[in-house]
Amino acid sequence: MTTTEPAPTEERPIGFGKLLRKEDPRLIRGMGNFVDDIQLKGMLHLAILRSPMAHAKIVSIDKSAAEAMEGVVAVVTGEDLAGHGLAWMPTLSNDVQAVLATDKVRFQHQEVAFVVATDRYIARDALEQIDVEYEWIDPVVDVRTAMNPDVPVIRTDLEGKTDNHVFDWETGDAAATQAVFDNADVVVKQEVIYPRSHPAPMETCGCVADLNRVSGQLNLWSTTQAPHAHRTVYALVAGLPEHKIRVIAPDIGGGFGNKVPIYPGYVCAIVASLLIGKPVKWMEDRTENLVTTGFARDYVMQGEIAATKEGKILAIRTDVLADHGAFNGVAAPVKYPAGFFGVFTGSYDIEAAYCSMKAVYTNKAPGGVAYACSFRITEAVYLVERMVDVLALELDMDSAELRLKNLIKEDQFPYETKTGWVYDSGNYEPALRKAMEMAGYDELRREQAEKRERGELMGIGLSFFTEAVGAGPRKDMDILGLGMADGCELRIHPTGKAVVRLSVKTQGQGHETTFAQIVAEEIGIPPEDIEVVHGDTDNTPFGLGTYGSRSTPVSGAAAALVTRKVRDKAQIIASGMLEVSVADLEWNKGSFSVKGDPSKSVTIQDIAMKAHGAGDLPEGIEGGLEAQICYNPENLTYPFGAYICVVDVDPGTAEVKVRRFIAVDDCGTQINPMIIEGQVHGGLADGVGMALMQMISFDEDGNCLSGSLMEYLIPTALETPDWETGHTVTPSPHHPIGAKGVGESATVGSPPAVVNAVVDALRPYGVKHADMPLTPSRVWEAMQGNHTPPI
Amino acid sequence: MQVNMNINGEAVSEDVEARTLLVHFIRDDVGLTGTHWGCDTSNCGTCVVLIDGEPVKSCTTLAAMASGHDITTVEGLEVDNVLDPVQEGFMQCHGLQCGFCTPGMMLTARALLNNNPNPSEEVIREAISGQICRCTGYSTIVRSIQWAAEHGTPVSVGN
Ligand code: FES
Ligand code: FES
Repeated sequence: MTTTEPAPTEERPIGFGKLLRKEDPRLIRGMGNFVDDIQLKGMLHLAILRSPMAHAKIVSIDKSAAEAMEGVVAVVTGEDLAGHGLAWMPTLSNDVQAVLATDKVRFQHQEVAFVVATDRYIARDALEQIDVEYEWIDPVVDVRTAMNPDVPVIRTDLEGKTDNHVFDWETGDAAATQAVFDNADVVVKQEVIYPRSHPAPMETCGCVADLNRVSGQLNLWSTTQAPHAHRTVYALVAGLPEHKIRVIAPDIGGGFGNKVPIYPGYVCAIVASLLIGKPVKWMEDRTENLVTTGFARDYVMQGEIAATKEGKILAIRTDVLADHGAFNGVAAPVKYPAGFFGVFTGSYDIEAAYCSMKAVYTNKAPGGVAYACSFRITEAVYLVERMVDVLALELDMDSAELRLKNLIKEDQFPYETKTGWVYDSGNYEPALRKAMEMAGYDELRREQAEKRERGELMGIGLSFFTEAVGAGPRKDMDILGLGMADGCELRIHPTGKAVVRLSVKTQGQGHETTFAQIVAEEIGIPPEDIEVVHGDTDNTPFGLGTYGSRSTPVSGAAAALVTRKVRDKAQIIASGMLEVSVADLEWNKGSFSVKGDPSKSVTIQDIAMKAHGAGDLPEGIEGGLEAQICYNPENLTYPFGAYICVVDVDPGTAEVKVRRFIAVDDCGTQINPMIIEGQVHGGLADGVGMALMQMISFDEDGNCLSGSLMEYLIPTALETPDWETGHTVTPSPHHPIGAKGVGESATVGSPPAVVNAVVDALRPYGVKHADMPLTPSRVWEAMQGNHTPPI
Repeated sequence: MQVNMNINGEAVSEDVEARTLLVHFIRDDVGLTGTHWGCDTSNCGTCVVLIDGEPVKSCTTLAAMASGHDITTVEGLEVDNVLDPVQEGFMQCHGLQCGFCTPGMMLTARALLNNNPNPSEEVIREAISGQICRCTGYSTIVRSIQWAAEHGTPVSVGN
């Protein structure tokens, strides 16, 4: 490699520290290997016909004209699939979802038929030749009326279903919370909406399925964040033997949760390859990605806080209405239908809390947990952080002062919340103080006061978040019955080079670098000598994959522990080589030496050669230097952070400009600060997008109005500031290296800071709350005293 | 129809359907998959290539329109085993995560630096504002381009 990487000093650590990424040399040369880059001999292309209506009976489908087209190999409908028992598939929440609609369509753009053709243009042309007759059914679009007795039942496929109810869920203590509210000096209430959003990774979803009809082997190259979990589901859905399925996630162009679920398109491609006996590629276009794959959020939350008049928060209560779309496709541990929304008590030491929730079906795309939310913590943090600002306004108290007064104190950790979550470690106040110092908080408030005098609108918004990541302990957490543990395998070759195999899969987070650093830190082999293998079920141990910021907390722990296991064996071999007892050896990150006589030492490379070489090994020790483990986390990890956003609002156009954004994150032990900073930056841009620009919206007929990047707006370099980041380090006490995870922290923490800043800017207009997305028109409405909820 | 163009210094001549998009031609016919595709509406810029040195969205260009022109794709940035300073900059400054937007970003950066070797942050942001990155939040991309400006030696790519 011809690069000008710095000399091997601090910049190239053996272990933790800033290290340039191992994945970059191929990606900057255009030599990545993404799913759509894969070309197999004889490969066909699949395109999906989708419903133009949100709710309609399928009366008939005439596919004869499409079948007659030159280049068309097959046209398959739901009825055809039903003949093979494949018209329905399980979702990750134990619901079912249609692969291709048979009886009726339940959301606009639902999959109705597919075409397989010799090239992608012909496949799409043929879709236009399929004639489907639909019979309109009134769609259920408004989540607030979905449970009314007179609305149509969407899930007529579920036996005995007479309404659009998905589940009711509650957490906390209703009576104790009521008692606190009854006696509180101050109670504030606010409806807070987190609109439907979409992760929209730059690479859409797709796959290449290659099923060999003779051997029965299925090779599936797929945009998946969870290759092992997907393999098991395919085995269950398609009845294929699991040992004959190999799922390969090659380079993935961003995931953010979008590539966790199994979509009908994947199943269609597998079926097509099975029926035709040739490899079949399916790639979504952008509209398909935005309007049919896993959405996020869609919570209508009634928030309440009870406090003393001095600003001590006593209790938090919320009632939530959750829109789950037409099929319950939530990807959360099964005992947690609302994900980890239970952490809605935030970072505050309070006396009581209660949440009740109702989830309903609507005629919209399925999904529910996606987009870097850490299983609904985005919604929880947004609720509590918005409500704390509502309280600050009511009390006429500075929002930083109010937070400082209520944050959980350092000596209270581990801290059990009133909803039963045990925060492993934290030191909150220094993080907030650091953010305030970086921002020059007092100076900003002075500037704001001066500007207000002049009629200028400047806002300062804070948020303090606690995340819960690293799902999770298998006694509590599973997805479709699969425990949320992760395996790791480490092999040291005779020359001291290593290969580590992971169950998780990067979508840009830099696993090939970070995991090499974890192994390097534990065994002293330089990261460049460690190959990270991932994203291939045939070549990696089982585990549940990368989402919910779980790679470092779960798989990172597995990597550290498997390396320690190898090191323990290396120590025994070293004791034989140096002819001393194991207890007389000390470890110097890369070599064992005799205590008190450092001249007598052997390197890990010497030991590796000995482990594979000639001559006897200590009694009971087998040759080779490798190990495998499966790590079951004992608790979640709880990263946290303090964010401050500064905005200017144009009083004439109501346009919001994010002037500054200060983010102090604490994700425990830092493995590679450069990568951590990158993860935070990306999440902050997400937050600005959700707070100010984007929403998946529908008209009253259930037509999705956000079907392209012209309507679903993603921030560019012009809408984002130069991020100012800092950190504190509070290691997790139960994680082997103290790391907590950071992938989603900023997406979770930033939206409330932005919204709080805008509402703060609009204070001269008497605005107490405004819902995302704070587009110029919505901000203008708020300035006129109108509050129109986005849903 | 027959299209003839020069891609990364090599003459390419193919028979294509008139409606073939340049992005599909480059990826599927020529087999240079470093150029990506990310939207239906000319919004994302993952498909940017240089046509006669100017950044162009190859998803909104017919292969036929590129006939007779010089095309540079990401694969053409490295010359004789020497990386373009822009490529170096993206590695040094963590200007990429998933790497999907990166080829387009780098080509726009190359064209910018060819015209303006010392762009301000504002000019850099403006130059890449027709392209979307979902991973980096842009600051590190800006830094990468600044790094390239500082370390750049005159290059011929795209000029
Ligand atoms: S593919 Fe999105 S702009 Fe070309
Ligand atoms: S690096 Fe992933 S989209 Fe830019």
